Amino acid sequence: MSTSEIFPAFVNRKSFIELDGRARAQSLFDEGTAKELVGPFDRVESPWLAIQGVTPQADDGCIVIKGKIGGLSAVVVSLEGAFQGGSIGEVSGAKMTAALDLATKDSEAGKKTAAVLLLETGGVRLQEANLGLAAIAEVISSILALRQHAPVITVVAGTVGCFGGMSLAAGVSSYVVMTKEARLGLNGPEVIEQESGIDEFDASDRALIWAIHGGEQRVGMGEADALVEDDADKIASAIRGYVQAGPPSEHRSEQVKLYRDRIAALDTSKQIDPISLRQKWNGNDTTGGAR
Amino acid sequence: MSERVGLRGRAWFQTLTGKNKPLTGDPGSVLVSNNLLGNETSLFLCVVPNPESRFPCVRDGQVGLEEAYTLATRVREAIAEDRDKPKAEKRPIIAIVDVKSQAYGRREETAGIFLAAATAADAYASARMAGHPVISLVAGHAFSGGFLTHGYQANRILAFDDAGIVIHAMHKEAAARITRRSVAELERLGHEIAPMSYDVKDYAKLGLLYKLLHVENPLQPTASEVETVKQSLMEAIQDARAGSTDLGNRLESDAAKQTRKASIAVRALLEAQWQNA
Repeated sequence: MSTSEIFPAFVNRKSFIELDGRARAQSLFDEGTAKELVGPFDRVESPWLAIQGVTPQADDGCIVIKGKIGGLSAVVVSLEGAFQGGSIGEVSGAKMTAALDLATKDSEAGKKTAAVLLLETGGVRLQEANLGLAAIAEVISSILALRQHAPVITVVAGTVGCFGGMSLAAGVSSYVVMTKEARLGLNGPEVIEQESGIDEFDASDRALIWAIHGGEQRVGMGEADALVEDDADKIASAIRGYVQAGPPSEHRSEQVKLYRDRIAALDTSKQIDPISLRQKWNGNDTTGGAR
Repeated sequence: MSERVGLRGRAWFQTLTGKNKPLTGDPGSVLVSNNLLGNETSLFLCVVPNPESRFPCVRDGQVGLEEAYTLATRVREAIAEDRDKPKAEKRPIIAIVDVKSQAYGRREETAGIFLAAATAADAYASARMAGHPVISLVAGHAFSGGFLTHGYQANRILAFDDAGIVIHAMHKEAAARITRRSVAELERLGHEIAPMSYDVKDYAKLGLLYKLLHVENPLQPTASEVETVKQSLMEAIQDARAGSTDLGNRLESDAAKQTRKASIAVRALLEAQWQNA
């Protein structure tokens, strides 16, 4: 391919990562169907931040939009990574849980409503500590309730990634979509370095971080479903496909024996090489499909 | 706080089940037993420190890959065995919680500990949704991803009320560093702001607990204290059976109505706007 062909494609591509949380959510809906709920003009802020000298935000960094995706009912909940690192506080957590529960209620009443979670988050917001942790437990529970009726699709696009307790939310989702730029894991590299030392994990080693947590690796390992280019149209199209498909017959987080056996076979005498493990588990298949 | 994490968990598992060994095929860090509680067989699960674990980052009582998949396996076995029983006969599941945290290790991240933790949370929540009363007894520490993996999906949570109980999202030192505060400042804030506190009496103000229990020395409970704890567990089981199988009850207590006002308001507002969207 000549440069005259490559450049227009690159320039005309609409990056998803460069969009903010609200624009990301809006970009997924059929035209004219998106309606934001409990938006910034409702001014539902965190009651815990101002008393600690932290400026709250009128949407608490969590955007809820309801509408149609590929003609089907869906709700998108998007975490704004630029506000407090996308962290889960009382209000942002309650918004996500409430949206999932309402989708479940509609689905049970016959109006199947899928949920799409755009997760850019480090997990619990430490200024709201225990209420954030409790909210994440409730989010997980509400995802599990909804996915019996309609798919819950998690998208980790980057650049914050999805870490901490919210990585469990990704783990219990019906489908996980990632870009190469995205990362997914329980503990971020800084946390591991802090807790277990630099010999365990050197948080400045970016190649190592992406080799372990990166989208290509997660999809290649079968721990996420689709690796999609950072292109808003391609991401929207992947999501439409999953909304259309409905929930899988068996969710990844139900496949306990498969993964328990894999862990039993690990050699833990030294650190594990991510590439070899990927080949062993899923044979370099970056289109996903462990199930 | 100075006593080692995990001793209380092991002590209470032993007290309630009379057992102290893992099941065949399970790692030394997970104790599981089907035992009578009152006149009903219940499944007890506890994660304990295993200094010999082949995963170095779980040896102090953290919840790692083997721990999470073992919990998920054992809970799912109970769900499968009780599948055809009516709801009132599905066996209670009791998680005894004394966990330092999730495992902070490179091996764990490489092999996808987020998914392991998710399978355990899924198993507990699926048991609850299927009608099993799932009860957590916080006997020591309940930290962060460790608690999300083991215990936080319960219908009812009970905790002892002494200074050895710590339920939190992150250890003090790390939380101080990340929020750019001193530990002293963090402790002071904890007294004013309930969700920040490391004191279980403040945690109780969040309305998430079913009951606080007092045991003079949790490592060596008296016979009457053990009896009281058993009675409380049985009451919690009955209460769970009488209630819904979701986590809605965590917003219904008087304490929740006070401290989690914002959560309740968000739910009401979102529901009102949802109808018209």
